[in-house]
Amino acid sequence: MTDHIVKAYDRELGTLGQRIAEMGGIAEQMLSDAMDSLARLDSELARKTIAVDPRLDMLQREIEDNAILTIARRQPLAVDLRECVAAIRVSGDLERVGDLAKNIAKRAAKIAAEARMPRAIVGLKSMHELAAMQLKDVLDAYSQRDVERARAVWTRDAELDALEDSVFRDLLTFMMEDPRNITFCTHLLFCSKNIERIGDHTTNIAETVIYLVTGEAPQSERPKGALETIAK
Amino acid sequence: MNAPTANGSSGVTIQSPADVANRSIKVDIRNVDFYYGATKALKGISLPLHANEVTSFIGPSGCGKSTLLRVLNRMYDLYPNQRAEGEILLDGENLLSPKQDLNLLRSKVGMVFQKPTPFPMTIYDNIAFGIRLYDKPSKSELDGRVEEALRGAALWNEVKDKLHTSGLGLSGGQQQRLCIARTVAIQPEVILFDEPCSALDPISTAKVEELIDELSEKYTIAIVTHNMQQAARVSQYTAFMYLGELVEYGPTNKLFTTPSNKKTQDYITGRFG
Repeated sequence: MTDHIVKAYDRELGTLGQRIAEMGGIAEQMLSDAMDSLARLDSELARKTIAVDPRLDMLQREIEDNAILTIARRQPLAVDLRECVAAIRVSGDLERVGDLAKNIAKRAAKIAAEARMPRAIVGLKSMHELAAMQLKDVLDAYSQRDVERARAVWTRDAELDALEDSVFRDLLTFMMEDPRNITFCTHLLFCSKNIERIGDHTTNIAETVIYLVTGEAPQSERPKGALETIAK
Repeated sequence: MNAPTANGSSGVTIQSPADVANRSIKVDIRNVDFYYGATKALKGISLPLHANEVTSFIGPSGCGKSTLLRVLNRMYDLYPNQRAEGEILLDGENLLSPKQDLNLLRSKVGMVFQKPTPFPMTIYDNIAFGIRLYDKPSKSELDGRVEEALRGAALWNEVKDKLHTSGLGLSGGQQQRLCIARTVAIQPEVILFDEPCSALDPISTAKVEELIDELSEKYTIAIVTHNMQQAARVSQYTAFMYLGELVEYGPTNKLFTTPSNKKTQDYITGRFG
């Protein structure tokens, strides 16, 4: 895109994009560390993951402040306005992704002492793989303003919902097999819910990317997984 | 009344034709060319002005937006070597026709300029002057119409105790509203504003914008402005012009958030040239 006549304007928008990229990197790392700490029941790694979260919160506030300042200072229009709005939305979603990853790490630290049934974690691992891939894709879509990629992420969220559904059934089975598994499996149940929520925020970001580039939100309804259909 | 005819010039982007088509059209500009001597300043401009709506014209200096405004009440007729071609239908009547009565036209299509241009006479006479040109009201009737016009321009409360002092003694913002009152006094149907706020401070600007909003209930309004935010605030439709051509025309909300044309986008986001 052509540069603005006022160069400081380009710098301001550029900074927003860089900060979002930084937030994205941190959120991805937090999710992967949280899941590693869960898989290895590594409470040290879990604590480190939790300690990173304030940095993400700080970046989010910074992005919000800067976007608001740019709106006040430049009264952006068209794509520039969408750029500012998108930065505010995406940073909010990434901050939530960080919170959810932090929650997984907290649970990992909690159940590290009473480790049971590693096989219960297998399903969560596949959920994580998918969620991590989706998050990476949507961050790439954001930085490259790639609508098609964003749309693909948006559509694929249903797969994550379906996976959550199957993890839910597995964990129920383990709990029924042996009531001593209940505490452990309940924590895992929450973890799977957290990953599913991360998928939702990823989908939000995909919608924001589509809005940022085209000026329109996706027309059809969000793809839904089996559990969410039941809940309706 | 037909759909907008803004398809005369090639390459123009018309947004949401369905949305635009259903409103009633007060002024229908059809394929208008304009010449300053040999220089072609407007090239095949076609667009509607919707009744009781505000249409704003934006574009860089020299793009022809003020020229177009001057065509709408045939101000150019005052100058030699300037001519317009095409059709402009005001309620179905072509106002570019040589048979058009210019005094009648200018009483229907009023104009407010960039710099306030009060006559060097009292506030009262500034308003009464125009009324007396078209009408012979009694003293009390005239008083009533002067008051009504000043109220209509949101100026009455500020000047009611000094109606017989010079209009030149008012502040810039008040002078501009006096000019609006003068225009409103002769009960026009269309009001043209040529950068009405460019010489005003922010408070006076806000008052004029509020006024434009109120006036659009009674009149059809066209406004030329260099202030993009002002166009976004006051108008329902926006036309972007460049080098004498209409580049994009559509609902203001759409044009300022998701313009269809790259030139429009570059201009409104400050990336031009």
